[in-house]
Amino acid sequence: MSLEKDLDYGTPESLCQELISLEIDGHQVVVPEGTSIMRAAKQLGTSIPKLCATDSLEAFGSCRLCLVEIEGRRGTPASCTTPVEAGMIVHTQTQKLAKLRKGVMELYISDHPLDCLTCSANGDCELQDMAGTVGLRDVRYGYQGDNHLNATRDNSNPYFSFDPSKCIVCSRCVRACDEVQGTFALTISKRGFESHVSAGIEDSFLDSECVSCGACVQACPTATLMEKTVIEHGVPEHSIETTCAYCGVGCTFNAEMKGDQVVRMVPAKSGKANEGHACVKGRFAWGYASHKERILKPMLRSSIDDPWREVSWEEAIQFTAKKFRELQQEYGRKAIGGISSSRATNEEVFVVQKLVRAAFENNNIDTCARVCHSPTGFGLNKTLGTSAGTQDFISVESADVILLIGANPTDAHPVFASRMKKRLREGAQIIVVDPRRIDLVESPHIKAAAHLAILPGTNVALINAFAHIIVEEDLVDWDYVNHRCDKDLFENWLAFIKREQNSPSYVAKVLGVEAETLRKAARLYARAERAAIYYGLGVTAHS
Amino acid sequence: MTKIYLPRETTTLSLGVEELISAIEHEAAARGIAIQILRNGSRGAAWLEPLLEIDFNGKRLGYGPVTASQIQSLFEADFLNAGEHELKLGEISDIPWFKQQQRLTFSRCGEIESLSIDEYKKHGGFRGLSAALKSSSKDIINIILDSGLRGRGGAAFPAGIKWQTVADADADSKYIVCNADEGDSGTFSDRLLMEGDSYCLIEGMIIAGIAVGAEHGFIYLRSEYPLTKIILEEALIKARAAGYLGNTIQDSIHNFDIHLHIGAGAYICGEETSLLESLEGKRGQIRFKPPLPALKGLHGKPTVVNNVITLASVPVILAKGAEYYANFGRGKSLGTMPFQLSGNVKHGGLVEISFGLTLREVIENFAGGTYTGKAIGAVQVGGPLGAYFSGKQLDTPLDYESFSAAGGMLGHGGIVVFDDGVDYLEQARFAMEFCSVESCGKCTPCRIGSVRGVEVITRIRTAENQSERSEQYDLLEDLCETMEDASLCAMGGLTPMPVRSAVKLHQLLTERTDETMRPTNES
Repeated sequence: MSLEKDLDYGTPESLCQELISLEIDGHQVVVPEGTSIMRAAKQLGTSIPKLCATDSLEAFGSCRLCLVEIEGRRGTPASCTTPVEAGMIVHTQTQKLAKLRKGVMELYISDHPLDCLTCSANGDCELQDMAGTVGLRDVRYGYQGDNHLNATRDNSNPYFSFDPSKCIVCSRCVRACDEVQGTFALTISKRGFESHVSAGIEDSFLDSECVSCGACVQACPTATLMEKTVIEHGVPEHSIETTCAYCGVGCTFNAEMKGDQVVRMVPAKSGKANEGHACVKGRFAWGYASHKERILKPMLRSSIDDPWREVSWEEAIQFTAKKFRELQQEYGRKAIGGISSSRATNEEVFVVQKLVRAAFENNNIDTCARVCHSPTGFGLNKTLGTSAGTQDFISVESADVILLIGANPTDAHPVFASRMKKRLREGAQIIVVDPRRIDLVESPHIKAAAHLAILPGTNVALINAFAHIIVEEDLVDWDYVNHRCDKDLFENWLAFIKREQNSPSYVAKVLGVEAETLRKAARLYARAERAAIYYGLGVTAHS
Repeated sequence: MTKIYLPRETTTLSLGVEELISAIEHEAAARGIAIQILRNGSRGAAWLEPLLEIDFNGKRLGYGPVTASQIQSLFEADFLNAGEHELKLGEISDIPWFKQQQRLTFSRCGEIESLSIDEYKKHGGFRGLSAALKSSSKDIINIILDSGLRGRGGAAFPAGIKWQTVADADADSKYIVCNADEGDSGTFSDRLLMEGDSYCLIEGMIIAGIAVGAEHGFIYLRSEYPLTKIILEEALIKARAAGYLGNTIQDSIHNFDIHLHIGAGAYICGEETSLLESLEGKRGQIRFKPPLPALKGLHGKPTVVNNVITLASVPVILAKGAEYYANFGRGKSLGTMPFQLSGNVKHGGLVEISFGLTLREVIENFAGGTYTGKAIGAVQVGGPLGAYFSGKQLDTPLDYESFSAAGGMLGHGGIVVFDDGVDYLEQARFAMEFCSVESCGKCTPCRIGSVRGVEVITRIRTAENQSERSEQYDLLEDLCETMEDASLCAMGGLTPMPVRSAVKLHQLLTERTDETMRPTNES
């Protein structure tokens, strides 16, 4: 696979149902209301010059390259910040626009090192592309004026370097840290010509709140924020789509390669779990890929006392298959089985169970998730018919109230946590049930509506108390119950849950949480139009 | 007991009014005379400050400008009984500076004890509010629309249309934001109004709140106005205690309260979107439009952002009617405007007049010529982003349309006069430098362009020959075009206005050749 960049539409997709028809450079285009002119043009295949816009971030309007002319309107509005309107007639290329864009690029380059040939972003630089696009041939201001060419590079981060002399102050890194990752580690300090990217309050990247998720590096259009591996090895030549092998979120990555060597791991926009985002592990901690201790060839030994012996795949598979068959002949068909891992991809897990069912001819397939998650797996299976969660990742974008119990996503599943935090910043509320004061209880721009710091081991009492409050205060969704629940079983459950032992006042002491706090949280959850529960090993990995 | 009025106002403070008061009290005590010193605002005649006034048989007599060393002689002249003295100015209303004005917005400013609600009411205060409380939102907005009131902060957008937009917006909360981040050099009308008649602003904000359905107002006050802050804080406390702020104001169904917010100390925070960012606690950086603040303003809610003078003009309009106000002014520039005279003038200060006098008339009638006594060289109108006017341009009438047609703008009403010794190229350079110092840094044309602008103008100065100079003039014009058309907000977009006009004047003076500068939108 050649190195193909994800298409960049400049501004995020509009999810509006209403469609708008307009004309861009003589071509009709129909797009959802709320779409920017820039995105609509890209849909037609027309690339309007841009530097500060990228479709993973909200429009910003600072670079002033994407100016267009709209018939009947004064001036030259920016196409990234101007939403389409019905019947609009837009021109993206006119003499006036060409002159303005060249004028803006001339200003940019008057404060930029002219070291393209030796620059780590050579061939992968949007500033370089734009200089070409607008046909910049001369910088009449000269290069003797005030500039940032001597700004000091910050190499503190082990994975990427920050070279402010190449910065065009487009704020893409700052916005990525805010909007995508939600850490708010970066800002622009000072104003005017002195504006510059600052990690924390003029800290080094390493000393700042930065968590090295790499969103800023990915957002940077120049060589300002650059992976150290690219600085060392140069720009990759092909990429292979893969799935991150760390946590269970399952982020899609493009492994950007040179030959068989990984140069960098870039999160793919097409990944449904991560939508172009990553965490420090998937993004940077892939040294294992080519680690010398990695086992790359099959090995066999006859007994535990023998040393390992490298063998061919053919021999290894033959040996194993033969042994399995012998065991089955001796002890019966069900004598063997397989265990898969939650770290494996769905596809890999599918193949393993297929092997067990088709080749082993039994159902002895298990997964580590069944062990860790057996309580909830059992419960979900009994109540909803499947032991899996009922929501996909994107649904968090619609949640109004989130009940988080026994999970610490910012630490354990950071990419999903970023998506959850984004929703919280949009106004959704979160109830955190956890003995610990985890980040989602309170961190920049996040404040939980309630933190139920229950004593360890009291999750069941808490859930029952929640249910008790919901039943006692008649907050039950009867429509759902009547349509979907087994009447008798539900009546049984009602009788149980109404018991005094499940009341908040009764369990308050057990939980170490006041009854009124429980009631408020339960009401918040039950009254939400779209409430969602997210749980983790904190509730399931108990015996 | 004679009442003595001495302003509690920043200019007067800087001229030693507090020392003056100590001297008067000391002298009166020594002479065994009972006096009462009341603190009014300044009437805006900065050249007469400290202006001491006495209430003499119901008439206000003025002495000024007074210094502490003259107090003894004033007592000796029996000024408390209108005694003759070289500083005696006679009855205030007879002084031509005041007599020639049409003070609608500033009618009480300097006249009343500034923090007295009783005095405020005695002089027509809260009548606009009473009228508003009896009117529907629609009626109030119609009155503002009919009055022709336009934003006095600089953009001159019709206030009624802005209010209408906010009133029509569907939202759970709305806000009134008063832009009191008065940063234009040569302007001080907001400060004078807030220090001298703060209830007028408060009243205007309450009316705006009633009109659009907002229950919270914010005053974003320039951090460089510490005295104004103290005065506003006192005024808000008193207004709240008197039931003009808070819940069910004046026993009506309306709730409205005002919060005072001190600015971040940046010129750019006077731009409304930057102001909103700053008010939200963020870096004062421009937001793109649309969405308009009227629809998505403070915390994303529909917000009226009006200048101090716009809001302070509302009470008189509600009290006396749209027609009364619209009868002042001309064309589409209706009502009055507080112009602020400064720079190289004999008499600096604020004059509130109807739109329509020419620039020259205002300078001649009020400013009394230049301070240096030389001929007028040029006049910069509308703050640091306004154009330099010279020669026959001085006959441009002071109204929005005429100034726009002449390639300038009235802005916030600042008039800064220069004599004919001014170095225009330096003024052009200064305009670029101002932009570079005050740019928020968000957009490229303003952030980098202003710095290059300073450099190019410096090179024009140092060019060794005509062709080199001419090259730099061309580059400057290209830069001005980029800044004007490509900048995100008016900061970078309007900087070419003073630059081009000053450069043109410079060229006329030094080279007498127009060929080096391509035609601009200058008349």
